[in-house]
Formats: sequence, structure tokens, C-alpha cells
Amino acid sequence: MLKGMFSKPENAKLYWKEFMHQCSEVGLGSLGIVSIISVFMGAVSAVQTSYQLVSPLISKGTIAQIVRDTVILEFAPTLVCIVLAGVIGSKISSELGNMRVSEQIDALEIMGINTKTYLIMPKIAAALLTIPMLVILAMVLGIWGGRFAGSASGILSTDTYDQGLLQSFMPYNVIFALIKAYTFAFIISTVPAYYGYYVQGGSLEIGRNSTKSVVVSCVMILLADYALAALLL
Amino acid sequence: MIEFKDIKKSFGDKIVLDGVSHVMETGKANLIIGSSGSGKTVLQKCLVGLIEPDEGEIIYDGKSFTDMNDEDRKLLRQQIGMLFQGSALFDSMNVENNIKFPLDMFTTDNHSTKLKRVNEVLERVNLVGSNKKLPAEISGGMKKRVAIARAIVLNPKYLFCDEPNSGLDPQTSMLIDKLIYEITKEFNMTTIINTHDMNSVMEIGENILYMVNGKKEWTGNSKDIIFSDNKKLNEFIFASEFLQDAKNMRMLEANGKIDGNGDVVEKK
Repeated sequence: MLKGMFSKPENAKLYWKEFMHQCSEVGLGSLGIVSIISVFMGAVSAVQTSYQLVSPLISKGTIAQIVRDTVILEFAPTLVCIVLAGVIGSKISSELGNMRVSEQIDALEIMGINTKTYLIMPKIAAALLTIPMLVILAMVLGIWGGRFAGSASGILSTDTYDQGLLQSFMPYNVIFALIKAYTFAFIISTVPAYYGYYVQGGSLEIGRNSTKSVVVSCVMILLADYALAALLL
Repeated sequence: MIEFKDIKKSFGDKIVLDGVSHVMETGKANLIIGSSGSGKTVLQKCLVGLIEPDEGEIIYDGKSFTDMNDEDRKLLRQQIGMLFQGSALFDSMNVENNIKFPLDMFTTDNHSTKLKRVNEVLERVNLVGSNKKLPAEISGGMKKRVAIARAIVLNPKYLFCDEPNSGLDPQTSMLIDKLIYEITKEFNMTTIINTHDMNSVMEIGENILYMVNGKKEWTGNSKDIIFSDNKKLNEFIFASEFLQDAKNMRMLEANGKIDGNGDVVEKK
């Protein structure tokens, strides 16, 4: 599928339009859910970390460090991408599956359009562009969520939290998180595209393939998560 | 003209096309008929390259489609229009954008020229004023007409129609048949229609290929059908008593008397 994707576009302007449309669908369409999840995962991390850190010898600023590193290293890239695998993955798979079953892909082929290039490439490119952006947003909102929950529940002041955030900060963690984001973005866009593009049958198979694509994407994300952590940390 | 020679296609052990050869003529309504599962859709998909045949050769106006590389096939496909069984309109686009899509993709015309062309073809299929409607908002017959408009917007040399009457009432079916026939004559296209609608066969069948179990069983035109003694063809075309009576009437008109069993007993 990937090999057949690389051909000269019949009309670059139309492909660009499709790419922008996909950026809007993948990026803007997932903004709400990513924001909500990120704020809450940061908030819950702060509250639960504080619950577990009972020793008076550990400074309150440590809570901020733990929230920061957990959010950057794991929650923002992995958790958000697993959610996106469900949101975007099922959409890509069912959209392509429906186009296949209703012969819309055949209609494009008959017109002389490389459907893999026109339908799949913009989705993968849009995912590779927007998902890392969403992950960065998730990092910011997650850390902010921890800050908000910490001060709102009286666990630690915002000043203490801010000081804690700056302690032992390793910029490499952000780079590592972005490497994960790009890897997961590729999985989230290609696996459902494959299942949708090659669906055979009717509406029942579209649903089945859509579910299968989300499950396979999630498992691949978790495997890639472990592999990247073992290799790069 | 589209010529195909000895086309064979199997899916696993199942032989779907078993050495089919025929010539589809320019400026005529060429019909492929046969019962469900006879291989007519697979044959049509082989002709347009959506399915690769296992053996055989397909020739478009002297150029071998079978030997063409992907780039040449892409160029040829820009001269092909296809009307799908389910219309295959793009759900997210309105009627105007559906028809304009091939123009956007393959021409460098400005917006007003494209729009003019869209309105021309919409007028040709009697759908003036439907530009902004979504496929979900129009009837099955209108969808077919939009699909025809999209298929002819680039002035193709070849028009393929896969069961253009499926799911339509008899009156709308006749309108669609008439439209396809008129367009074929008007633009001198090579039109290939898959159908098992007997009205279509009798009304517009100028060059008919009848298939049984993936093989060519009979060829001829709608007039030849009436007088054909091919048993399988007669059973398929004149399946009902009503159609059998219609055949007898036509034979009576042409030949003279018929007996109680529907056989001709005396010729003029």
C-alpha cells in the first residue's frame, strides 16, 4: 500500500486542498478530546502523586517533577495517541471502507487517479503534521492541569509547582516524546488506512475492519512504546 | 472500438470468465447481458482495468490495454467514463462538485469555464438547478443522472455502465436508457452496458453479448433476439409468460401464424 502511494499527483492544487482538509479533520477535529484528556490526566497525576508521597522528607516540588515527567514521557504521547487511534483510526478506516464498498474508490480509479496517493497520502501527511502538535499541546495542558489541581485542592502552591517544574528538567525527554509522537502518528494513520482501503463486503465488514484497525493500532502503539523506551532511554 | 480476445479470469478454483471474445463497436449501445453470476461485471471490470484478467487481450482503438504501463493506462482512463451500479457519487460533495471533480483534477480551466461545462452537462441530463443538492438529498434516478453527467463531463470516448437501471422504476429506467443511447449517438462513444433489464435489451440493444457461466453464448442485436432459436437465450430473455407473449406477437407480426404453443406454423 505504501509503495503504491508515491506517484506524481495529477493536480497538486487538489492534493494540497485534500491535505489541508485532512489536517483540519485530524488536527482540529481532535482538539477538544485531546484538551479534555490532557487537563484531567495532569490533574489526576498531581492528586495521586501527592497521595502517594507521604514522607515529609520529600519536597512538594517533587510532585510537579513527577507530573511533568509522567506527562511528557508517557501520558501525552502514548495515552493521547491511544485515544487518537480510536478517534482518528476508526474515522479513517470507516471513511475509506465506505468509499470502497460504495465503489467511490473504483470511480476515482476509472478517472485515472492514483487513489492511494489521493486518499491515503494526505491522511498520513496530516497525521504526521498534526499529531505531534497535539502531543505538544497535551504536554502543556497536562502540566497545567496538574498545576491547577495542585493549587485548587491545596496540595501545593502554584509557585512551588512552578519551581518544581524547572528542577532536573531534561529537554531530551521532549525530543523522546516527539519521536514517539511521530511513530504513533504513522501507526494511527497507516493501519486504519490499510484496513479501510482493502475492505471487502458490506457495512458489516466496514464496522469489523474499523474495530480491528483500532485494536491493531493500539497494540502496535504499545509495542512501539516499549521498543522506543528500551532503545532510546 | 473495444476488442477483447479470449479473456479468462478465475478467483481461486472458480472460473468466472472462460475465454470471452467480442468487439464493442463505436457509436453503438453495446450490451453485455446474462443472469447474475454469469461474469458480466467481472468482464466489464477487466475491460477498464479494475480487475486484471489472467489471460487474453483488450484493445482500445488498436492500442493494447493489456500491454500498457500504468502511466499510459492513466491517460487512457481520462477518456473513459463509468456509471456504477450504485452511482458512486462522492458523499461529501454536492452535485456540482461531484461533476466538477474530473474537471478540477484534469483541466486547467478557470472556475467560470468549469461551471459553464457543469451546467451544460446538467442540462443534458435534465437536472438544471440541482447544483447545490447533496447525493443524500436526491432520488436514485437523479443520482444515476448525476453519475452520467460526471461520466461525460470530460467528453470521454468510452462509456461503461454497470446495471444503470438497477433499483429504478420502469419509467425512470427507460429515461436513463434513452439518455445513455442519445449520448452515445451524440458524442459517437463506444458505450458498454451491463444489464439484465429486458426493456433495455429490446429498446437500445444494438450489439448484444449474452454470457452464460463466463462464456459467450450468443451475440446479435435486439431484433435478432426475437427470432433466435438459442434455448438458453430465450429462457433468459423471455422468462415470463408476458414476455413470451410479447415475443410471439412480434413473431406473428413478422412471420404470419403461430400455433397454441407459441410456435410458428405458417409463414407469409
